[in-house]
Formats: sequence, structure tokens, C-alpha cells
Amino acid sequence: MLEKLGIFPEAASEFADQVDYLYFFLIGVTIFFVTVIVAALAYLSVRYRHRRSPVPTPVHGSILLELTWSGIPLVIALFIFGWGAKLYIEHQDMPPDGIEISVTGKQWMWKLQHPSGQREINALHVPVGVPILLTMTSEDVIHSFYVPAFRFKRDVVPGVYTRAHFTADKTGSFHLFCAEYCGTDHSVMIGKVVVMEPSEYEAWLSGQPAGETPVQAGERLFTDLRCNTCHAAGSDQKGPDLAGVFGSKRLLVGGGEAIADEEYIRESILRPARKVVFGYEPLMPTYQGQVNETQILSLMAYLKTLGGAAEGANP
Amino acid sequence: MNPLTVTAVPKPKRNFWNHDFSVKSWLLTEDHKRIGILYLLSITLFFFLGGVMAVLIRLELLTPAGDLVQAETYNKLFTMHGVVMVFFFLLPSIPAVFGNFLLPLMLGARDLAFPKLNLLSWYIYMVGGVFTLFVVFKGGVDTGWTFYTPYSSTYANSHVIAAALGIFITGFSSILTGVNFIATIHKMRAPGLTWFRLPLFVWSHYATSLIMVLGTPVVAITIVLVALERLFRLGVFDPELGGDPLLFQHLFWFYSHPAVYIMILPGMGVISEIIACFSRKRIFGYRFVAFSSMAIAALGFLVWGHHMFTTGQSVFASLVFSLLTFLVAIPSAIKVFNWTATLYKGSISFSTPMLYALGFIGLFAIGGLTGLFLGCLGLDIHVHDTYFIVAHFHYVMVGGMVMAFLGAIHFWWPKMTGFMYSEFLAKIAAAIIFVGFNMTFFPQFVLGYLGMPRRYHVYPEEFQVLNVLSTAGASILGFGFLLPAFYLIYSLKAGRRAGPDPWQAKGLEWTVDSPPHPHNFETVPVVTEGAYEYGPEEVKRG
Repeated sequence: MLEKLGIFPEAASEFADQVDYLYFFLIGVTIFFVTVIVAALAYLSVRYRHRRSPVPTPVHGSILLELTWSGIPLVIALFIFGWGAKLYIEHQDMPPDGIEISVTGKQWMWKLQHPSGQREINALHVPVGVPILLTMTSEDVIHSFYVPAFRFKRDVVPGVYTRAHFTADKTGSFHLFCAEYCGTDHSVMIGKVVVMEPSEYEAWLSGQPAGETPVQAGERLFTDLRCNTCHAAGSDQKGPDLAGVFGSKRLLVGGGEAIADEEYIRESILRPARKVVFGYEPLMPTYQGQVNETQILSLMAYLKTLGGAAEGANP
Repeated sequence: MNPLTVTAVPKPKRNFWNHDFSVKSWLLTEDHKRIGILYLLSITLFFFLGGVMAVLIRLELLTPAGDLVQAETYNKLFTMHGVVMVFFFLLPSIPAVFGNFLLPLMLGARDLAFPKLNLLSWYIYMVGGVFTLFVVFKGGVDTGWTFYTPYSSTYANSHVIAAALGIFITGFSSILTGVNFIATIHKMRAPGLTWFRLPLFVWSHYATSLIMVLGTPVVAITIVLVALERLFRLGVFDPELGGDPLLFQHLFWFYSHPAVYIMILPGMGVISEIIACFSRKRIFGYRFVAFSSMAIAALGFLVWGHHMFTTGQSVFASLVFSLLTFLVAIPSAIKVFNWTATLYKGSISFSTPMLYALGFIGLFAIGGLTGLFLGCLGLDIHVHDTYFIVAHFHYVMVGGMVMAFLGAIHFWWPKMTGFMYSEFLAKIAAAIIFVGFNMTFFPQFVLGYLGMPRRYHVYPEEFQVLNVLSTAGASILGFGFLLPAFYLIYSLKAGRRAGPDPWQAKGLEWTVDSPPHPHNFETVPVVTEGAYEYGPEEVKRG
């Protein structure tokens, strides 16, 4: 009913329903307290108005009352905190399986890519009921990926890979907004998320020109950019073998160590001299300006497919 | 008695207005009252400037298409509206005008501790203001008042540095005012005026001053870093240069969240004074209200991360910031309940300042409670950066601080000028403002939950009805804000003489002439009782 009136948004994910329950609870709390306060103000103002109560009676305070009206709101506040925190924490863990979508924000468009290679701009087609796993980054300023129908929003930050997920439980077309102000055309950096039945999604996918998958593109780039001359197994090994590099612990020149996560890989491509793996010289040139964020994502997708042979080589 | 003297026009008493009329005497004044008046004129100018921008924003949003101004212009409008209203109206509003004018009078002092520093702070404010005006007329700045990097430091093509410099400079006026107030409250209280006899207005200004002094340098440093990155490509915030864009948000909100309390605490002080006077009662739970100001000031420094729940900051950090945010709600609730309880067994009259005070309590309650929605982790994910937050902070800033400011000006106008304004017009204006305000901002809560992001120049059509409602409300609100400017100025010409204490209020400022003598008190007052010792005697009103 509230949706029909245009004062309540459509909910198209289970998370959205949970957020709405919390919202209604908070509206209840708000109405309760505002009613109590306004009723008290109105009653006291009328009851003790100058005409009816010409002489004030001094009242100084009451410790009991102070404790009561600090204590009750405190309990309610902590309850709301706990509820909100629970919802937030539960939603942090990435589901084990799902469709990996890479998202790149750019002034002023959303670039999205499916695991089988299909690219989209300002639209994302997904199947209903399947977790959608996003890896997001920005090519320029901070954006924010916001789908009100899923009650889902996550900032897309340059230089950072943000992992987030949603699962739609209703088919339809829903707004995709940029929620973080990003410059002149911020308000037209909008698109849609189209949720389809899985069979329709398959049909849609096969109707799109697939091109290369991110892994294929990454493999090609690995050769085109001549990464393989130093990094491939069996090369002259000026650089570490990258088999199994993803997620491994790297010992660094000058002491210290780092986990080879998305940010580490990106930094190693763009600013290789920052963290050099122990046992190697800082020979690698920067690839800044030669690869864009989408290509870096492809390279990473490729690196993730390389087996764990190097695990032993780089303890 | 000589019958001739009866017809002679009585010579007006010497006061801070008439003791010297020269321009020089105003521009070089060290009198806290005159400096308060200078601030009043300056911030009113900025308020109307920011108001014009708000009008243009609301007109643009009347239709979903971007048909009134271009996207770039729209972005500059909401940026300048924010910059002008936050840094040149809200932050200085009550402290710089009423704090300046009233603190020495309330404390029984001749002036603030450092009168020259006080004058300097006004000049610094004006220099910052001139930079901002320069930016406005030179083409504006489009980063949003929050100046988020790397947009502001690398990508924006507008006058970022000049605008930032304006804020940087005016920050020093804030610091000087804060230092001055702290020193004055510590050292210049009249004999017998102990800490727990201080009016709550003084307590809230003490808490505010602490935030000004401790917080403002952080935003100044942050602005310098943005400027260095913009000018010299020094990598601090831009990841292309090896910086961290989220570092900016931490630094910015470390100041700008406490700054919210700079904007609301003085308003709370005003409300305590007005409620006490018009219910003829001591404030219920005086010490709780006093200490809640200090608690807000202290906790306010520990919650900045609640602006960053969607940035990907660590879950642990988000949990801590959310928890602390809920704790800030408690001292605010304490104030609201104590003000309400003050009415109990009072003798209440509804003069204009009291209408504003009662309006403040209701609107601030809504503003505060909707803050819980935003502090709540699971829910903030949805409402963050939507019109929900726009509605929330306007309920606190306009529904709270501006109502308190208007309450203050109606309460102390007779003291400042010696004249009474038209109570009838003032009440009508208060009602218009109250209705216009709610009609403007209440629909924005609904819009926010529907998912309309803030800072949108064009928007999907389904959001139009609520936007039209909001714009209609804004035109009522705008009209309401113009009224006081007219009847207050008219009161200077035709107003009834106020006398020293037109409200029969307690407090040292009401024991001196209206307007006060340049030196405030003829003899140093001695205080023998607490604030708000309204006796049981029946008060004559008229």
C-alpha cells in the first residue's frame, strides 16, 4: 500500500526486507518519543499557563527521573545499535558461490563485466536468487554503487577494490544510482539493474557479444605487456614466478611482509618499486598510464587462475 | 519642581550605541556588544546569500529535468549554499553574536578577557567572508561543502583553493573566539558567580568553545593538505599520487562532526534561558543539563566514523563509531526531557521567544531521533547520502539552530536595541516559519528512504510530487524568514521602549539598561543566588 502511494520504495532483496523491518521499528520509536514529548509540552503548557497557574512552584529536579529518562533511552539505543550491527555484520561475509561481476566507476558511467566476458554500461543484468559478487573500483573519483530496491550501497573508491554482494529476490528493473557526489554529471551517472529469471538470464547472456572473458583478456595482456618475459615460470626469472601469487604472503626487501591481495597486485603493477619481493632487484618499470582499471581487473582475474606451484617458492 | 523641565526632552542615557557615532568608533571598537552587532550584520548578510542559493536549488528541483540551471551551476549552488550556511552563518551565529554580546553581561564583566582579539576575530571572519564572496562572484566552487578528495584535490575545475582558503581563514576567527570565551568564563565571573550559578547559556558556550579550540586546527590542516595536493601534486589523498582518499574523510569529519555540536550547543543554551524565563522556573535538573553539554562536546569527538559506514572502513571501526553515536543520543535526550519537565508547575506565557523554544524542542527531537536511523549500521547503508540525511541535518540545523537563533534574537532584541518589536507580527512570522519548515523538510525524509540521492540536479520522475511539496514549503519558509527583518528594523523606529527587563527575566544582563552602557555595569555586581531563581511572586505581564 505504501508503495502504491509512492512514499515507500519497492523491496527486491531479502536484505531489503530486513532493513525495512528495522526502519519500521525506528519509525515506531520516533513516533513514540515525539508523541510523548509533544503531548507533555502541550499538556504542561496548557495546564500551567500563566492564567491558570499565576504563581510558579519551585521544583529543583529529581535524580530518579534523570536516571529514568537516561536509562530507558539508553536501553532502547543499545537495542537499535545491536539490531543494526547484526544486520551489517551478517551482510559483510561474501557468499561462497555466485556470479562475479566487476564494476568500474568512471566520471560519469558505470562499466560492468560478466565472468563470461559480456560488458555492459549503466545496466546490469542478473539472475534472480543468485548471489551477485561485486569487485568494484574507480578510475577517477569516489563513486557509490546504490540500488535502493536492494537497500544496498557501497562506495567505489579509486585505488581500492571493494568486495560487496547482493541477492535479488524479485525480477524487474531497478534504479542504479551513483550516491557519492562525483562532479558535473553526478546525477546522470545512473543506470538500472535488470533482474531476470535464470533461464532468461542465460538467454540474454548468449545473445550478447561475449568477447574475451576477463581471464582471457588478462592472459592476453600478460603477454602483450610482456609481463611473461620476467614473471612466467621458465623465463629468465628477473621477477618472481606468479603462479599461486594471489593471496600468498610475500617477504619484502628491507624486511616486512605483505599479503598479495587486490590492492597489493595493483600497486605492484602501477608502482612496482614500492614493495619488492625479497631476493629480487627493483627492475620492473611502472605500468601507470599503460593499463586502465578494467585491464588491471583482468590481469588479476588471470593471476587468480594460476595454480599454487609458487607457494613453496615464496614462503 | 520647575515646570519647564517637564516639557524638556529627556536626554537619552549614554549607551553603547550613542556614545560615539563615528564609523571609526565602530570599526575599531573593542566593545563586545558592538562586535556582537557587527557579527549580527555580517552573518545576516551571509544567511540571506545562502538563502538565495537555497531558493534556486529548490526551484531547480521543482521538475525532474535540469531546466532552470545547468548541472555545473546546480553543483555550485548546493556547494556554496553549504559553505556559506555552515561556515559563515551557523558556526558563528549564536556564539559570535549572542555569545559576544551576552557573556560579559551574564558574567558581570566589563568585556571579554581579550577585547582586541575579539575585534581581530571579526576582521578575520570578514577576510574569510570576502574570499568566499570572491568565489561566489568569480564562478563558484563545485566540490560540495565536504570537499571530498580526490575530486576536490585533482578533478574539480572550479575555485577550490580560494573557497578552501576562505574557510581556512575564518577558522582562525572561530579559534580566537573560543579562546576568548574560555578565558572569560574562567577568569571574569563576578564575585559569587560560581560555576553552578552560571546560566546554562554560559555552560553551553564553554562546551562549544572547547570544540572550537580543539577541532578547528584539524580542518585547517586538512584544507592546507588539499591545497598542497592541488597546487604541487603532493600525494596525500589522491591514489594516483600514492595518497589515500579516505584519509581526507577521517580528517574532515574529525572536525566537521564536532562542528555540528558547535552549531547546536549554543542553541541549546539559548533554549534553556528562554524556557526558564517564560515558565518562571529554574531549569529542571540544572546540573544534568550543564554536564550534558560537556558530555556532548566530549563524545562528539569520537563519532566521526559514522559518516563513513559505506566507505569500506573496517567492520570493527564501524561498530565502535556506531555504538558511540548511540551514546551521544543520551545527553541530548536528557536536555529535551529536562526542558519539558521545567514547564511542570511553572507559570507559562507564550511570548515569541517561547514559541521558538517550544518549536525547537519538537523539531530537535525529530532531528535527533532521525539521527538514530543514520547511526544504525544496517539502516545507514540505505539512507546514507540520500535526502534522508539532508532532511535530518536540516531538522537539526534549521529546526534546531535557526529556531534557537530566532528565539535568541526575539528574546534579547530589547536588550540589544532598547525597543520592543510587534509581538503580533512576530508570532505570525514564527507560525509561518514553523509550517514552512516542516513542509520543506519532512517530505525529504520520505524521498530519502525512497532512494533519491542527495546532490542530484536531475532525478527520476517518481520523485517529483514530494519535491514539489518541498519547494512549496520552501517558499513559505523563505517568506517567513523575511518578516523578522522588516518588523525588527521597524521596531527601531516605532517600537515601545523596552526598559531594562521587559520579560522580568533573571540574569545579570537584565539588571543593566537596555541598551547597556558601554561599560556594562556601574558597579561590579555581587551574585548571591543561582541562575533562574524565579520567586513565587505573581508576575505582571503587559
